[in-house]
Amino acid sequence: MRSDGIFIAVEVDDRAAADPELARRLTEACPVDIYAQGDDGALQLVERNLDECVLCRLCLDASPPGTVSVIKLYDDSAVLA
Amino acid sequence: MRFFEFEAREVVKRAGIPVTDYGFTTDAGEAREIAQRIGGPTVIKSQVLTGGRMKAGGVKFADTPEEAEAHAREILELEINGHMPRGVLVDPRAEVEQEYYAGVVWDGTRKQPVMIFSPVGGIDIEQVAEEQPDKVGRRHFSNILPLSDFQAKEVIASTGVSGSALNRLVPIVTRLARLFVENDMVLAEINPLGRLADGSFVALDAHMDIENEARGRHKKLLAELGVGEEETRQAREATPFELAGEQVDAQDHRGVAGNVTEFDGNLGLVIGAGGGSLTLFDAVRAHGGEPANYCEIGGNPSVSKTCGLAKLVLQKPGVEQIAVMMSIVSNTRVDIVARGVIKACLELGFDPAEKIAIFRIPGAWEEEGFKILEKYGVDYADRSVSLNEAARRAVEKIQGASAEAA
Amino acid sequence: MSILIDADTTFIVQGITGREAVNLTRECLDYGSGAKIVGGVTPGRLGRDVHGVPVFDTVAQAVAHHGGRIYGSVVTVPPAFTKDAVFEAIENGIQLIVIVTERIPRRDVAEMVELATLRGARIIGPNCLGIIVPDVIKMGGIGGPAKNAAQAYTPGPIGVISRSGGMTTEMSSTLSAAGLGQSTAVSIGGDAIIGSSYAELMPLFEADEQTRGIVIYTEPGGRMEAELATWVTVNESRLPIVAFMAGRFMDEMPGMSFGHAGTIVEGKEDTASEKIARLAQAGIAVAERIEDIPGMIKAKITERAPA
Repeated sequence: MRSDGIFIAVEVDDRAAADPELARRLTEACPVDIYAQGDDGALQLVERNLDECVLCRLCLDASPPGTVSVIKLYDDSAVLA
Repeated sequence: MRFFEFEAREVVKRAGIPVTDYGFTTDAGEAREIAQRIGGPTVIKSQVLTGGRMKAGGVKFADTPEEAEAHAREILELEINGHMPRGVLVDPRAEVEQEYYAGVVWDGTRKQPVMIFSPVGGIDIEQVAEEQPDKVGRRHFSNILPLSDFQAKEVIASTGVSGSALNRLVPIVTRLARLFVENDMVLAEINPLGRLADGSFVALDAHMDIENEARGRHKKLLAELGVGEEETRQAREATPFELAGEQVDAQDHRGVAGNVTEFDGNLGLVIGAGGGSLTLFDAVRAHGGEPANYCEIGGNPSVSKTCGLAKLVLQKPGVEQIAVMMSIVSNTRVDIVARGVIKACLELGFDPAEKIAIFRIPGAWEEEGFKILEKYGVDYADRSVSLNEAARRAVEKIQGASAEAA
Repeated sequence: MSILIDADTTFIVQGITGREAVNLTRECLDYGSGAKIVGGVTPGRLGRDVHGVPVFDTVAQAVAHHGGRIYGSVVTVPPAFTKDAVFEAIENGIQLIVIVTERIPRRDVAEMVELATLRGARIIGPNCLGIIVPDVIKMGGIGGPAKNAAQAYTPGPIGVISRSGGMTTEMSSTLSAAGLGQSTAVSIGGDAIIGSSYAELMPLFEADEQTRGIVIYTEPGGRMEAELATWVTVNESRLPIVAFMAGRFMDEMPGMSFGHAGTIVEGKEDTASEKIARLAQAGIAVAERIEDIPGMIKAKITERAPA
């Protein structure tokens, strides 16, 4: 799944997004509420908060490598490493 | 926040200081009833938060209740220095033998309150201090040691007042000092304080100003006086634009993006923080620019809050461009502010490169911020460009744009 | 040398578990030779730690844990609790208290300052960002993260005193770019009553051999500039001073407050133009623009001590 703001896009591997445990961890980690957990436990991306991203990397730390990408749309779609 | 006279008098009365048997009303008919109750000559006083009401015709003397009603009707309609009165005070015309002055203010240098007393009242204390300095007594008192009567006694006696007047004045001045401290006042003044034929004293007018930061701990008093929580009572009332700025700032608790003041120029300002805003506003004016507003950004506000403030300024009638400028930031982030102002332009259908005359915010996260600005073609500057130079560029650009349009 | 603090200064952070305090602690630990933050205090949080700094319930516990007198405290607790926190610091022997908290009623400030004076302690602030000795130590959020602070502040001969936290950094950065470093920069706060005014810090700079000139940032409101002008004249200060005055536009708008709580033009003495005249009388040059400051202070230093 992927969601785009004006400045920031977030892409999450579809299989990982279905994992309630990962959804919970991401929801807790993000300081600006980009991640939420749906009623079915699966991950949701909150579009209106995408541009609030502070590039803190906490979501990357909370997920297995390669499952979550934070993309800087203003920087030739550079991926936050 | 300043109190109206009728409120200040109530505060004085509650502190145990004698006041006349006055009445407050917003209705001319009721003014007549109050005058009837008083049963003698009265004074009708406009309740406005501005000086010079006497000269403007906001204070009138009445011999009968009918006259009191007529005066009240007139005064209630009378605008003074742009202020409509909150109501009128109907006061018995006291037979005063002598007018005195008593006041308490802060001395920011000594960091203590100071009592001021003069046997010459009814006029500005500054004028008395200039013309008859020996008639003005001053005395600081401690913030933490107990307040005691002798302090008021000393300050009154220092002006040459003795006899029974001294003894009757001591509790009044002490109570005034106490109410100043207990109510977090920044000014508490009784002027004039009248001595009547029988030797007793009565407060004939009072000025009180409570510190805004302390309003929260005087909710009960303010509610009893009928002061609304939204009343700021600044030198002029907040405009709808300014109130909208407050709403933007209140939308979330992250940082500040508000403190908006409206002006009528064509250059919108999105500036910060406290000192930086003052510096930048001066600089824009020094270069002949006409600011549309003053505002402050600081404390790392969210993108949406910054966006909200920028939108407000961009949509203000008459605004042609905005200048986004701050002193070097360390807590607020350059990239977050850049996102906020660009988003505001885009969502309103403007081209950020055209609408943003200049973006000068150096400091935390400037590398990311500058990338964003470059992508949208916004003219930006780093710390090597001074606040003054940035303001000059903004003014030059908007004047060029205006000339082109004309 | 420096004033107020040096590399050996020990201090605590009261309210250390708050969001801003956590950042400030990190910044101070990272800057220069690393601040000696010997403890933090947040009631009810005994036993926790913030970036390795142990948290206590009381200042007394922090002092006992340290095993000796603690010199300073950075106070960053909500306004309603600040007075109590400062009283607690003073009564536990703290000598230097930096109050970061904004919007404290001035009665509370006056009480804190008077108790500090009685006990021989000093208060900086409230509503300030603290103190920085370039490349050595910072006490408070001044200059922000260590990396950013290092960009703006460099060691040198200029003492900086400012009523605005942000402008302390802006002015120091301008000085640094012109090759003029700072001995110590102090953000004194923008409120109507503050712990240490320009005039109250001048004796410290006067006694500091490294300091050869002073740069101040001022605003309308209050009598602090008049106090400085008097101090400089009476004490025949050896230090040349250059002032920058912001908020000149406020002269036209009496009764309105902008920027800081202390900026309001109420009387004649409060106005920018009156202050500029007063400072000029005392031989203090007033810069029209920030970028003029380095040249002006350089010229004044050379004038006083010809090479």
